[in-house]
Amino acid sequence: MTAALVFIGVVLLLDLLRQLLTGDLAISGMLGLIKDGLMRGLVIGLAGIGLSMTYSILNFANFAHGDYITAGAFSGWSVTYLIAGGFGADANIGSLALVGAGGSVFGGALGINVVNTPLAVLAGLVVAGVLTIGLALFTDRFIFKPIRDSGGIPLLITSIGVAFALRYLILFMFDSDTRGTTAAGSVPGIRPLVLDGTVPLTLHDGFLVLVAGGLMLGVHFLLQRTKLGKAMRAMSDDESLARITGIPTERVIRSTWIIGGGLTGVAGYMFVLWKGTLSWNDGWLLLLLIFAAVILGGIGSVYGAILGGLVIGLTASTAVIWIPSGFARAAAFVVMILVLVVRPQGLFSGRSTA
Amino acid sequence: MSDSDGEPGSYGQSEEEERAVVLGIDFGNDSNMLITLLVGVFAIYLIGGVVIGLPFRGLMNQIGQLSFWIAVFAMSALALNLHWGYTGLFNIGIVGFMATGVYITGVLSKPVFGAGTSAAEVGGFGLPLLVGIAGGMLAAALLGLIAALPALRLRADYLAIVTIALSEIVRFSLLSDTLSGTDIGGYRVGLGGGDGLILDYGDPLEVFVRTASVPFDLVFGQSGWLWEEVYLGVIVEAVSGPIPTNPKPVVDNFAYAFVLLLVLGGFYVLITRIGSSPFGRVLKSIREDEDVTNALGKNTNVFKIKSFMVGCALMGLIGILWFGTQGSVTPNTFRPRITFYIWIALIIGGAGSNTGSVMGGAIFAAFLFQGPRYFKNVVETVLGNPSAPSSFGQAMLPISQGDVFPMLLYVLDSIRQLQLFLMGVVLIWLMHRRPDGLLGHRKEAASSIPLTRPAKNSEVATDGGEDQ
Repeated sequence: MTAALVFIGVVLLLDLLRQLLTGDLAISGMLGLIKDGLMRGLVIGLAGIGLSMTYSILNFANFAHGDYITAGAFSGWSVTYLIAGGFGADANIGSLALVGAGGSVFGGALGINVVNTPLAVLAGLVVAGVLTIGLALFTDRFIFKPIRDSGGIPLLITSIGVAFALRYLILFMFDSDTRGTTAAGSVPGIRPLVLDGTVPLTLHDGFLVLVAGGLMLGVHFLLQRTKLGKAMRAMSDDESLARITGIPTERVIRSTWIIGGGLTGVAGYMFVLWKGTLSWNDGWLLLLLIFAAVILGGIGSVYGAILGGLVIGLTASTAVIWIPSGFARAAAFVVMILVLVVRPQGLFSGRSTA
Repeated sequence: MSDSDGEPGSYGQSEEEERAVVLGIDFGNDSNMLITLLVGVFAIYLIGGVVIGLPFRGLMNQIGQLSFWIAVFAMSALALNLHWGYTGLFNIGIVGFMATGVYITGVLSKPVFGAGTSAAEVGGFGLPLLVGIAGGMLAAALLGLIAALPALRLRADYLAIVTIALSEIVRFSLLSDTLSGTDIGGYRVGLGGGDGLILDYGDPLEVFVRTASVPFDLVFGQSGWLWEEVYLGVIVEAVSGPIPTNPKPVVDNFAYAFVLLLVLGGFYVLITRIGSSPFGRVLKSIREDEDVTNALGKNTNVFKIKSFMVGCALMGLIGILWFGTQGSVTPNTFRPRITFYIWIALIIGGAGSNTGSVMGGAIFAAFLFQGPRYFKNVVETVLGNPSAPSSFGQAMLPISQGDVFPMLLYVLDSIRQLQLFLMGVVLIWLMHRRPDGLLGHRKEAASSIPLTRPAKNSEVATDGGEDQ
C-alpha cells in the first residue's frame, strides 16, 4: 500500500515537472496555487485545533463544529458591517446587522478591508471569537454535558442535530444569498514578479498569516507553559486518572471549549475576510476538510491539526494541477481516506495535545 | 441499541403492557401500534383538509403524497436499520448511494442520444427500465464496497466521516463538467453536470404495471392488458366520477404510492428475514461485540461488507423510486440533509426494530417532513394567501411596534428552512430523552424459542423477555 502511494507521488511529481518544463503550468501560477493552499490551510488548521482538542478530551466527533464557524463568521461580520456602515449612517441599520440580507447592502460599497476600516475588522474579529465561545459553552452545558456519559456515537448523532438546527437557524435569519463582504480588487497588495509571471499577495493574506500564526503560537505556549495545558494533556490520556489526581476536569473541559470555540470563530471570520464572500454553507463545506486535517494530523494533536490543515489546504488548492477543478475538494477527501487506510492514528499519533 | 440496561429480575414487559391497553386497543403489540398510528395520521390529514374546505382533488393529492413520503422514509429507515440497527455500521452517507442509484439508472435507461434530443442534453443506453434499476442498485452496492473496504477496520466515527465524505465526493462528481457528457461506444452519455439529468425513460408506474401485466397478457393476448384495460379503463374511469377533469395524475399519485407500499412490504419481509437468519444473528453479534464474534470463528469483515453492500443496494433502489419519478434530477438535490432525515426517522422508531423503523418513517414523514408544509398550506388558505415579508429584517421591524403578525407570516413562509431547525431540535431531544426511540429498547432472545416461563399472555414471550 505504502509503496503504491509512493509510486503515485513520484508519478505526480514527474508530471508536475513535465508541465513546468513544457510551459503548461507557469511557475508563478504554481506559486499562486501554493500560496492559496497555505492560506486555506491556516484557516483549516486554526479551526481544526478546537475540533481536535474536543475530539480527544470529550471523545466524540463534533459535527456542529462547522456551524460554529458559520455562526462566528455571521456574528463577526454583522458587527463589522454595523461599524463600517456607521451604525445606520450609510445604510439601514437592520440591513447592516443582517450582513446585507437580500442584497440590501454590499460590503464593497462600505469599502470594508483591513486598511480602510481597521476598527470594524478588529471589532468583528473579537466579536466572532467571543460569540463562538458563548455558543460552544452554551451547547456544551445544555446539550452535550447531560449525555456526556452515553458514549461517542450518541454524542456524535446529537452534534449532527445541533449542526442542522444552527445551520438552518442562520439560514432563516440571514437568508441563502452568498454575499461579497469586501471590496473586491480594492484590497491593497503587491504583485511581485517571479520568473515567468506575477504572484498576487494582498494585505489580507498577510493579516491572515499574522492572526492565525499569532494564535497558533499562543496555543503552543498555553499548552506547553501553563498548568492548563498539562491538565488537558493528562485528560485526553485518561480522564478518570486525571480526576483522581485532582485535576478539575469540568473546568478543563470548559477551558477547552473556550479555546477551541474562540479559535473557531476567529477562523470563520478570517476565512470570510480573506476570500471575500460569506454564505450560510461555508462552515459545513469547511468541516469535512477540517476533519480530514484533524485525522491526518492525529486526533488530539494540536500541531498535527495545524500541519494537517496545511497539507489538506495545499491538496485542495494544488490538486487542480493534475485533475479537473471540480474534483479539487474531492481530492482532499481522498487524501483523508488514504490516511485512514494507511495510518489511521494520524501523523502525530500518541502525542496527544502536544 | 437493544441491550440497554435491563433491570435484573424484571420479567418481560408486563407492567408496561398493562399500561399500554387504551380504549380496548393493545398498544403493547407492535403491529396494533403501527396500524393505529397510520390510521391516526391519515385521519388528521383528512380532517385538516376537510376543515379548511380543501377541494376533493387537492385533498386526495395530499393523501397520495403523504403515502408516498411514508413509504419512502419507512423504506429508508429499514435499509439504515440493516446497517446501524443490525450491524452497527455508522453510515451517514446514505444520500450518496441514493444518488448513485438514480443516476446510473438514468444513464442506463435514458433513450439513446438522437435527433430529437437537444444538443446540450446527453442521451443514455436506452436499456429497459428494469435493467436500469438493477444496474443502479448494483452500482450503489459497488460504491458501498468501495466505502467499506478501507473503513471497516476503523472505529464507527471514522466510518461516519468516510461515508459522508464519499457522499460529498459523489455530489462533486455529479456536478463536475468532466463527467457531464462523453461518447462511450458510440453512445453519447454522461451525468449532465450541474444541469442534472432529464429522466425521460417513460413513466416508471406504467413500466411497473406493464411488467406486472405479463402473465395476464399471455392469457388475454393483448400487450399491457393490466395497464390499458384495468388501470386506464377501469380505475381511472371510475375516479373520473368524483374528479371529472384530468383524473389520471391523482390516480397515478395513489397508484405509485401503492407500488411503493408494496415495495416497503417487501423490504420489511426481507430485512426481518435477514435479521432472523443465521447471517443476521452474526450481524447482531458483531453489533454487540465484534471481538467475541471474531473469536468464535466468524470472519466479521466479510459479514460487515455483505451487510453494508445489501443495505447500499436497497438505498440505491430507494433513490430510484424516490427521485426517479420527478422527471429530472440535479446534483444539489443530494445534499447531506437527506441522510439526516433518514437518521431522524430511524432514531424516532428505534434502531434495531423493523416495526419501529416503519413507524419512525411514518411519524417523520407525517409530522416533521410533510406536516409543516401541509400546515403552511392550511394556514395560508385560511388566511387567504397573505404576502409575507421578504426578509428577516422586514419581519423584525414591526415587532418593535408591537406587531408580531409579519414575523409569524415570515416564519410560515420560511417553514422549509425552519422545519430543518425543528428536526435538529427533535434529534437533540430524542438523544436526551429517548435514545432508543419508540421500539428500540427491546431485548432479543438469542435462542429461537422463547425461554421465558409460559405466561397466560403469550405476547410476553414473543416480544423478547430475558436473555437467560
